[in-house]
Amino acid sequence: MPVWLTEPEYRTLVAVCDRLIPADGDRPGAVAAGAPDYIDTLLGAFAFDPPRIWAGGPTSGRHGGPARFGAFLPLGALDELAWRTRIEGSLGRPEREFNGPVVGLQERYRAGLAELGGGFGDRDRRAQAVALRRDPAFTALVFAHTCEGMYGAPEYGGNRDGSAWAAIGFAGDVQPRGFTDAEVSGP
Amino acid sequence: MSVDAVIVGSGPGGSTAADVLTRAGWSVVIFEKGRNHLLDPADLSRPSDDYSNDEIKFLDRHFLGPDPFLEPRTFRRGPGDGEHSFVGGVNSIPSTVGGGGTHADGKTPRFREEDFAMRSTYGPQPGAEVEDWPVTYDELEPFYAHVERAIGVAGTEGANPFAAWRSGPYPMPSGVPMYGATLSVPAAEKLGFHPYAAPTAANSVPYDGRPACNNCGFCAYLGCPIHAKGDPVALLTRTMATGLAELRPETFVSRIRTDGRRATGVDFIGPDGVERSMDARNVIVAGGAIETPRLLLLSGLGNPLVGRHLMVHYQTIVVGTMPFALHSERGRAVTHVHDDPMIPDDAARAAAREAGLPWLRGGMVEHGGASLPVREAKIYPWGDRHGPMMADSPMRNRLWAFIMQGEDLPYATNTVDLDPSVRDVRGFPVARITYQGGRHELAASAHHGPRLEAVLTEMGAEWTLRTSSPGTGKYGPLDTEMPESRHVMGTTRMGADPATSVVDPWCRVHGLDNVVVADSSVFVTSSGYGPTLTLVALAARAASALAGRPDPA
Repeated sequence: MPVWLTEPEYRTLVAVCDRLIPADGDRPGAVAAGAPDYIDTLLGAFAFDPPRIWAGGPTSGRHGGPARFGAFLPLGALDELAWRTRIEGSLGRPEREFNGPVVGLQERYRAGLAELGGGFGDRDRRAQAVALRRDPAFTALVFAHTCEGMYGAPEYGGNRDGSAWAAIGFAGDVQPRGFTDAEVSGP
Repeated sequence: MSVDAVIVGSGPGGSTAADVLTRAGWSVVIFEKGRNHLLDPADLSRPSDDYSNDEIKFLDRHFLGPDPFLEPRTFRRGPGDGEHSFVGGVNSIPSTVGGGGTHADGKTPRFREEDFAMRSTYGPQPGAEVEDWPVTYDELEPFYAHVERAIGVAGTEGANPFAAWRSGPYPMPSGVPMYGATLSVPAAEKLGFHPYAAPTAANSVPYDGRPACNNCGFCAYLGCPIHAKGDPVALLTRTMATGLAELRPETFVSRIRTDGRRATGVDFIGPDGVERSMDARNVIVAGGAIETPRLLLLSGLGNPLVGRHLMVHYQTIVVGTMPFALHSERGRAVTHVHDDPMIPDDAARAAAREAGLPWLRGGMVEHGGASLPVREAKIYPWGDRHGPMMADSPMRNRLWAFIMQGEDLPYATNTVDLDPSVRDVRGFPVARITYQGGRHELAASAHHGPRLEAVLTEMGAEWTLRTSSPGTGKYGPLDTEMPESRHVMGTTRMGADPATSVVDPWCRVHGLDNVVVADSSVFVTSSGYGPTLTLVALAARAASALAGRPDPA
């Protein structure tokens, strides 16, 4: 079950992410890596307490130390105002419109996915590319989030089991192990 | 309630002032408009656990602030662009407890003797107000030495043939070189440059109760999870341990209150949104070279030069891809630098003549790679080639880069003022940056850029690319007209004469006996070195003078 998107919207998003960063041989694409879940979790960040905005620290447990990334940090009052506005839009509320109305990510995704249509996943790849180029601003937004969902920390909902990091030989977060002098200076 | 000093801003300058003043027995209140993720809320004399190796948190989600929705800035190249051409993050240095020190990778070079005497050494430049500083390197050296010990700087004495004199060794030896630097250093040397291990405030060995850097690679633009970067956590924890300091995060100082020649305190808005006042015998302003002039302008203080002579470092950026992996995600962001473009040679003099300028001066050149995969992923076009590009990694794992932090001359037309229409979340006018590089900056970049490309070619680069920040527009979003530099300086310049400067040689605002600026706003010229250690040394000097304790130790 998606956190915020409807099932049909989620299916369209999956198809979009698959077209933006498809699988490459054994290397996972955006869908296998979980990028759609990263995006859905961002859109529904305030369904969680604390909101899924800032993962905890100082270590994830993947290289030692306690697994603390999953303990998301609480937002301050102004942080919450900023992130609710960024995600939900200003919705006519004066405290969110001190520099004018803001269109939120939820509205942009709802409208952008609707424009691409529920049949997006059934189209051939060329037609998908043409459709994505019709609204370059929306495609750029989804692409940026897809990149974050692939190569950011798994606790945000994407990069399933660190699979995208493994595919490019990136160690990911390495505290508290770090790297030895030989690993830093040698080839 | 009245305290000996309120300090506006908890970054390197404010933290240094707090350390000096509390050691002198003063009571201080440190106001910080950002949140506290640096110190343990249960014991502010200890660092917190909020920092992590997390690219999303730090680079995509404004963890260190400022959030551009809450605290936007505006930008324009000049009045021809209208009120502004951009609203959002402009030259954003973290707005959080610890300020800019939290995201920096910790390079802490000293300036050289001539950096304080540019007018005497090189003479004037058309259109720019190049002046000598009212303080010399020799006067500042004891403070440099003091703050290097206080924050913990690792370096190698004698490695840089152009370095200014030192009264003692670095507190720590240099840290381990990154693999790419082991290749770029000999290539640069072969072409006649003099690279050396960058003095860096990241522990190479355990120091002052903090561990040695373990080379995790999540360094520049991220907070250090183990607090091996000493600036300013070392100063703040020490300050809070005195019991003489109070830290007030999420609190915005909106006005400095004055009575004649004296400040009497500040107005502020805390996390509850209520405006209050606090009396103080002294006010230290340490918001950085954008927020400090903004506060003076919001307060109606200072002379008409407040906000003028904004300098950033005019960055010349040269990148190339090697035919092999450099794994720059291991280690600090930059381990080596060279200063040669700051020492004009015959070629630079010829280039200056050709450009119709009296002289040209570049800046310190950083040898570095790329480490963060989300940044890389956003560079490549979407589609079938994205996965193979990420695996091949020409823009991360195989990339090497030189960034020259070029000397940016002080022009009265490059300014910070109050935007006429855009407001922050609390309803106050935001800072507007008006900036354009001058002929000197463009000519220096054009001269030195190809020489840096030659080093990349000598290293074996398959291809090279040269651009600048602010850019030419040739490379789209990577190459914008806004300067990306976080080295911002010069908006309340120092000088003995109130007609040509905003603060006096002790960083007191002219006309106000007890308002001191403790950040890089006071710089008269920008040099080509990162500003942090110099602004910290100046803050130590100004605070020591204020406390009547001229000996920095």
